Amino acid sequence: MAGTIIRRLVHMIAVLFGISVLVFLIFFATPGANPAARIAGKNASPQTVARVERQFGLNRPLPVQYALMMKKIFITRNLTSYVNLGEKVVPQVFKAAPVTLSLVAGAAIIWIVVAIVIGAVAAAFRNSWIDRLLMVLSLIGISMPVFWVGTMANLFTQGIWHHTWLFSWVPPLGYVDFSKSPVLWFKSLLIPWITLAILYIGLYARVLRAALIETMQEDFIRTARAKGLSERQVLLRHALRCSLVSVVTLFGLDFGVLVGGGALLTEVVFGLQGVGYLTYQALETLDLPMIMATVIYASVFVVVSNAVVDILYAAFDPRMRLRR
Amino acid sequence: MSEVSATDRDIAPPAPGYWAMAGRKLLRDRAAMISLAVLVIIALMCAAAPWYAAHIAHTNPFRSNLSGTVMRHGKPVEVLGAANNPLHLGIEPIGPSWRLGPYMLGADQQGRDVAARLLYGGGNSLIISFAAAAVCLVLAAITGILAGFFGGWVDRIISWLLDALWAFPVFLLAISLSVVLIAHGIDLGLFRLDASSLALPITIIGVIYVPYVARPVRGLVMGLRQSDYVLAAIGIGAPAWRILWFDILPNVISALVVFAPLIIALDLLTEAALSFLSIGVQPPAASWGTIIHDGESLIYTRPMVAIAPGLAIVITVLALNILGDGLRDALDPRAKLRN
Amino acid sequence: MSHLLEITDLAVSFRTSHGLIRAVDGVSFSIAEREILGIVGESGSGKSLTVLAILDLIGDPNAAITGSIRFRGTELIGQKPETLRRLRGGAIAMIFQDPMTALTPVFTIGAQISEQIRIHTDLSRHAAQARAVELLDAVGLPDPHRAAVRYPQELSGGQRQRAVIAMALSCNPALLLADEPTTALDVTVQAQILELIRKLRDDFNSAVILITHNLGVVAETADRVAVMYSGRIVETAETAALFADPHHPYTWGLLGSMPALDGIRRPRLTTIPGLPPALDRRPQGCAFSPRCGFVRPECLPAPPALTGTAHQAACVLAGHERAAARNQVLAA
Ligand SMILES: Nc1ncnc2c1ncn2[C@@H]1O[C@H](COP(=O)(O)OP(=O)(O)OP(=O)(O)O)[C@@H](O)[C@H]1O
Ligand code: SF4
Ligand SMILES: [Mg+2]
Repeated sequence: MAGTIIRRLVHMIAVLFGISVLVFLIFFATPGANPAARIAGKNASPQTVARVERQFGLNRPLPVQYALMMKKIFITRNLTSYVNLGEKVVPQVFKAAPVTLSLVAGAAIIWIVVAIVIGAVAAAFRNSWIDRLLMVLSLIGISMPVFWVGTMANLFTQGIWHHTWLFSWVPPLGYVDFSKSPVLWFKSLLIPWITLAILYIGLYARVLRAALIETMQEDFIRTARAKGLSERQVLLRHALRCSLVSVVTLFGLDFGVLVGGGALLTEVVFGLQGVGYLTYQALETLDLPMIMATVIYASVFVVVSNAVVDILYAAFDPRMRLRR
Repeated sequence: MSEVSATDRDIAPPAPGYWAMAGRKLLRDRAAMISLAVLVIIALMCAAAPWYAAHIAHTNPFRSNLSGTVMRHGKPVEVLGAANNPLHLGIEPIGPSWRLGPYMLGADQQGRDVAARLLYGGGNSLIISFAAAAVCLVLAAITGILAGFFGGWVDRIISWLLDALWAFPVFLLAISLSVVLIAHGIDLGLFRLDASSLALPITIIGVIYVPYVARPVRGLVMGLRQSDYVLAAIGIGAPAWRILWFDILPNVISALVVFAPLIIALDLLTEAALSFLSIGVQPPAASWGTIIHDGESLIYTRPMVAIAPGLAIVITVLALNILGDGLRDALDPRAKLRN
Repeated sequence: MSHLLEITDLAVSFRTSHGLIRAVDGVSFSIAEREILGIVGESGSGKSLTVLAILDLIGDPNAAITGSIRFRGTELIGQKPETLRRLRGGAIAMIFQDPMTALTPVFTIGAQISEQIRIHTDLSRHAAQARAVELLDAVGLPDPHRAAVRYPQELSGGQRQRAVIAMALSCNPALLLADEPTTALDVTVQAQILELIRKLRDDFNSAVILITHNLGVVAETADRVAVMYSGRIVETAETAALFADPHHPYTWGLLGSMPALDGIRRPRLTTIPGLPPALDRRPQGCAFSPRCGFVRPECLPAPPALTGTAHQAACVLAGHERAAARNQVLAA
């Protein structure tokens, strides 16, 4: 076990290194990217561009630039923004992280619970109208762009229905810190949670239903029936437990991606100042250090959750433990 | 996981009549057929955008119309009138008329006809997503087949690349590439993409989903490579190209056909997201994503500007997903995209 | 002697796109308390379906079961699901063919056994777990305490089959349905498992229906034998009588293709030429007629009925013709 964990860690670091190089190359070495010209602004004179190049060290060889950048992100943590001069980037990311975490964790709880219920009900009533209805709804769920759903949610909860009893409780857009007021925190996040969860509810319910139906064909299901378990017990205890594995894998990856900033669109639409929002702002101002920092933060999360999934997977499914 | 699903299916080249049978099965699938019809209708409507703009909307949907008027209920009405608030502060674009004619769905902030832009934008959205899917499937097929068939160091290099790309969150990759390239385009000597050309989002969106498809293709090819009939073919001295062409390719194509609608749907959503963030299709051109972006600032006054393109996306993506389900059932019930 | 289980005219049919196929077609037999009945027959002859029908475990929405199955006098066909559910694993337990796939991979052996105990009794979780360990010990699993906390895939095939048997026995079933319990196991383990099943009757007073391909297994274990062919019983008798004087040409074929009981294969096996008929293309008369060397006009219009009292066979051959015909087959 220790051996696998070490191997996993080495692999993780290798992947992170690859990603950071890739990101660096995308922003600093793409033909036409020319960061100095970006910072200097449009129509800047060549002299200005040259001065900017010197000032930000953009005239040094790429490997040196890369090493400096990494040192500033991970070791000294004093990478500063190109746009708001003097502003440190890394602390900003850490300040934004709890917002993103609140958003994603709440949404995850909703989507896991709802998706399991929908998947199990659909599988239990497979091929009936209930099943068809649930699957059509799930398919609609995965067909909607999340930023559009968010916009529509705002339209109804902040706009036309805001003054009805239904949505009068919805606070104005923006994040309220949990420590300030747990109730307000909850209220301000409920609509974003649901918005973000919809896509994943659709995805997971479909995956779970398919897995359940496949599992219900297995021999051990017949054994479970022969033991005298009721149909419901067979489905919920034996089949569901085996099928959840497929969902757990997906969950780890999706959670990592979302915490890493994949919830960017939701954050933007609802004005939640999380990591994704930070990336978005950095994009608008082309603040390269900020983009680098957020992207690398995202990759760390994705890669780490990949590794956690692998380990969880082994803990969750005894079949896996034996295989390695 | 993809390897497992590829190797434990009953591997054999598609029997003669396989496509005909799959076609018949698909024809019997009512939901898939309706979806196909819906897609064709949407594509035709988008193709008719110039005609609609010229003969029904009577506007140029790419030029702002800040001071124009239009007839409503027999009276001329300003396209961008004073806002409907007590102080008449700010301006408000004209709302939908709900009948065929100018400003059927109202105007956007620059006084442009939303309905006409919706059709034009749909054209761009569809072109980008279909072309990006084509790019993706071709690249994925090439890399997947190379890695799966030749194995060894070819496989190792390709797999490493795919894994790295895979570990990189797709949306961040798309955003990063778009941000960098959107200002100046890309210029690699022979290969030039202009910043405003659709080819830029097509390339970006096409590339980022390659691992999604290449990994299952690689698994499939690896399974086929070890199957008895390919081993037998190698045993009797059949040249590699023959095996690739007659035994491997038909299987890969069948998998790609199943993936195609799903990838198109993903591409459409990705394009919309990038355009919504203003790093996709660049103005004055439109896509469904840019129109939603335009509509966001009007959401409480003229919600139709954002609602209409969103519905268009939902309907199109839903149809693609249903078609994808139908194709999977008809061709290969076990094909799986994600994993 | 009162019968524990009495099956009359059982038929299992499937609605398919080619019409109705009768996979089990008019099967009747009964079994007494503490009796071991062996059912033999080629693959596809309907053995599994027959026993699955008893507990309504076929699990195919297109299957239809008709006829009568009486357990301790109660009719089971058309019975309420709840009543059947209570019988399953309680008074009637089942062991399936493949121990490798018969247990849920994500629960420990002990948990799976105690789960069944707790369905049918009101033992506490703790007591049920203790009983599970006892049972694992009783079926001869070494180190039952450790085995109880293991997952199925951590045990060998033979150990798993023992665990499955322990589970089946957990509620002292009056009737045990064992569907090829040894087919997937190697020969030495096979012998041990059969020994175990034989002991069941003594220790637990269970009656057993033992399905197998293997006449050798039947000879060693069963009190009575039913031979099935193409969904019907073609011969049934006390084990000794069947082996001493087999009546049906199909049984001769089976005996001819059987390796000697010591497991050493004969130099040449007489195999039955041809294959069993497809279920939707079963001949009108005796289903064995296309493969039978003694077919005659009387065999063809309708399937011969089972005749005889203690030793029944469904064949038109008269008693005096039998010996000569049989020698032709078995001596060859
Ligand atoms: N769900 C089903 N639908 C259609 N036909 C079926 C179904 N289940 C079983 N059959 C058919 O019924 C026949 C009898 O099956 P059964 O499983 O009882 O055979 P068996 O005697 O147990 O064979 P084996 O020794 O291989 O286990 C087979 O020909 C099989 O094809
Ligand atoms: S009834 Fe006729 S065909 Fe059938 S087994 Fe007897 S002799 Fe052969
Ligand atoms: Mg069987």
